[in-house]
Amino acid sequence: MADTLFPEGPLPVALTGRLASGWYGMIFLIATEAALFVYLLFSYFYLASQAPGPWPPSGAPDLLVASLNTAILLVSSLAAWLGQKGIETGARGQLIGGLVAAFALGSIFVGVQIHEWLAKSFTPATDAYGSLFFTITGLHIAHVVVGLLILACLILWAAMGRFTAARHVHITVGLLYWHFVDVVWLVVFTSLFLTPRLGFG
Amino acid sequence: MADTTFQSDAPALDPNLAALWETRPGFIGWLSSVDHKEIGKRYLITALVFLLIGGLEALVMRAQLARPNQTLLTPAQYNQLFTMHGVTMVFLYALPMLSGFSNFLWPLLLGSRDMAFPRLNAFSYWVYLAAGVFIYSTFLIGQAPNAGWFNYVPLAGKEYDPGVNIDVYALGLIFLGVSTTVGAINFIVSLLRTRAPGMSINRMPILVWGTLTASVANLFAIPALSGACLLLWLDRRFGMHFYDPTAGGQPLLWQHLFWVFGHPWVYALVLPAMGIVSDALPTFCRRPLVGYTAVALATVATMVVGFGVWVHHMFATGLPGLALSFFGAASMIIAIPSAVSVFAWIGTIWTGRPVFKTPFYYFAGFILLFVIGGVSGFMTAAVPLDWQLTDTYFVVAHLHYVLLGINVFPVIGGLYYWFPKFTGRMADERLGRAGFWISFVGFNLAFLPMHLTGLRGMPRRVYTYPANMGWDLSNMAISIGAVILAIGIGVTLFNFAVSLRRGAPAGPNPWDASTLEWSVASPPPAYNFRRIPIVASRHPLWEDRLEHVEARSVLESDIVLDRGRETIATTVLDAEADSILKMPGDSLAPLLLSLALMVFFFALLWSGWWIAGLAGLLCVGVTAVWLAPAAEPVVAEETARG
Repeated sequence: MADTLFPEGPLPVALTGRLASGWYGMIFLIATEAALFVYLLFSYFYLASQAPGPWPPSGAPDLLVASLNTAILLVSSLAAWLGQKGIETGARGQLIGGLVAAFALGSIFVGVQIHEWLAKSFTPATDAYGSLFFTITGLHIAHVVVGLLILACLILWAAMGRFTAARHVHITVGLLYWHFVDVVWLVVFTSLFLTPRLGFG
Repeated sequence: MADTTFQSDAPALDPNLAALWETRPGFIGWLSSVDHKEIGKRYLITALVFLLIGGLEALVMRAQLARPNQTLLTPAQYNQLFTMHGVTMVFLYALPMLSGFSNFLWPLLLGSRDMAFPRLNAFSYWVYLAAGVFIYSTFLIGQAPNAGWFNYVPLAGKEYDPGVNIDVYALGLIFLGVSTTVGAINFIVSLLRTRAPGMSINRMPILVWGTLTASVANLFAIPALSGACLLLWLDRRFGMHFYDPTAGGQPLLWQHLFWVFGHPWVYALVLPAMGIVSDALPTFCRRPLVGYTAVALATVATMVVGFGVWVHHMFATGLPGLALSFFGAASMIIAIPSAVSVFAWIGTIWTGRPVFKTPFYYFAGFILLFVIGGVSGFMTAAVPLDWQLTDTYFVVAHLHYVLLGINVFPVIGGLYYWFPKFTGRMADERLGRAGFWISFVGFNLAFLPMHLTGLRGMPRRVYTYPANMGWDLSNMAISIGAVILAIGIGVTLFNFAVSLRRGAPAGPNPWDASTLEWSVASPPPAYNFRRIPIVASRHPLWEDRLEHVEARSVLESDIVLDRGRETIATTVLDAEADSILKMPGDSLAPLLLSLALMVFFFALLWSGWWIAGLAGLLCVGVTAVWLAPAAEPVVAEETARG
């Protein structure tokens, strides 16, 4: 047997991090989801570049609330990360605390987004900008909701004692998705809220 | 290495493994199977059924077009037929067929016991089937998609196409995209993690390179289609304006998104098929493939360049000249990696000792058709010529040479090649060759004259044409060729049906081939390999006869893994063992999730929002149960072994 093909020590069976197939699966799911947002933002900039009048037609969207909401989402990622650090040393209380905080902050984000939606002077059917704005932010909200569902499952399973310092691959993989949802928002926020103020369009 | 690492103390190996891996008998067992070989065969058979449906649609159209001024079909029926023909062949036949091969073969080629995600594999099949049913659901009530397989707006917009036809198209392709996406992820992760120890990336079969390339491309291409279809559905259903120029939208946005998807997609339809040839042709030339490394790199290079050529479908839309030049040049560059593969195949035949069996005929025929289709593709990459030829039958000729030539011919050759592995029996040679020659003659009679018809200006997608335009003779020839081609396919299927029962028993390696799938019984046992092989070269079964190959693979290693459903995981590049993967067992969850998704999409189609919401909740519930961590590890507290 070619010995170099086998490590010296034991082979792990309970897999975490990059040894688990699920970790790779999530990375590629994220890649394809990211591509979806790339194409939607391509559509946004393409229609912006072809727009006959000013872009956005109703002026750049308000920054204050959206910026605060961005901060809320970032803090939720941080909370989730702290929870994960907890279970890596077997601290289940820290895990649950971090996940619950992330879930609460994520829920606030969704609430604020819906509130922002209702305050808009245009609808998805007003013009192409309205269609783009609501579809892109709406798709992002849908992703946040999926992330919240994942967090809810993880909280439930953590409370049932399914995770230990040696076995918590669900946490690692599930939180990858949550961080992805946050990063996508930074890109969406930059495209929809910041670039109109940078003289674009 | 201690025996306890890889083997339990159970006395008999095969019954123990069989008990672990075999699907339970009965209908429920059948519905819950996650065996990649079972799923692969389902993919192959389902795709064959769609090939027949799409073929029948083509025959009806050819009956209509055989002579001028016929009235067999109304224009509306003709529109639905050519649309469904294209949708069926491009989406429901071509890629799923290749997924069938790869599903059946990958773990066998890679020296593994199953795919990385066995249940996801079952899910991707059920979603494929459900999406196929969905897309065909309105066909019988005369409301099938009817704006062509690339479905341009504004024709496909609500204003010009108010029925449910295009909604079926848009939602159906989003639904099918779910299947393709999870399938692609499964292939990629299987490749990265489940190769046998020693199968470093320079030892993988080319079919694996082809499917890997197609899968990675699909991850980045499918979202463009899903996104485009979502925007179209929002336009149609909720009055949005993405494609509506009166409110700031752009019809060309559809074309960009569709072809950003569409062009990589056509390479996804051919690269795995080219991989079939690269792996199987050498078996019949009694030598390894000429230029393995060049062919592997050419496969990847074709796809990389393939992401930068989509505008060649849009040369006639009035884009700036600079853009046209760039995309025309990029399209011509594709000829280089394609030619690398062609010369590698020719070199393999030239320097080998060909054995003229049925698969060899299909692969050799494929090379000729590939060259013809490649040349007409190169021609249409030239912008001025494309302006003349766009939307004529010349383009139809080109795309059928590439799609039938590079997909269907290798696929049938591959079916003959692996038929013994699928079924344990040999297909009949005489019928096989007869089927090939009939198909080959019929194919060329059907599609070679189309070039001429197109050069003489006949536009595609017309339901009839006046007499004496110079198109009469060629159209009759095309229709006769189509019938001959259909007879050839019929002979082939007849051969498979008869050989399934009466073929000679095959044995493990009837073609004396070189790769791992031929080292196990035909058909393979549920667990594939009694012992996971340790791979030392590209041709584990030919090492004793090849010069310059010092290394020897170990087919009877001590890696048994019989404590549960387990396989070994290896590192990404060098395939060094790094962990033991616990594999999931059979489950009904994939089927249930697919059914819930089907209800969800039907509810969206008929605006049943409450039903859609309930089906969505059901999806969430099934997924949560599916993914829930085990209450107790199978082997308590076992975290490492050895």
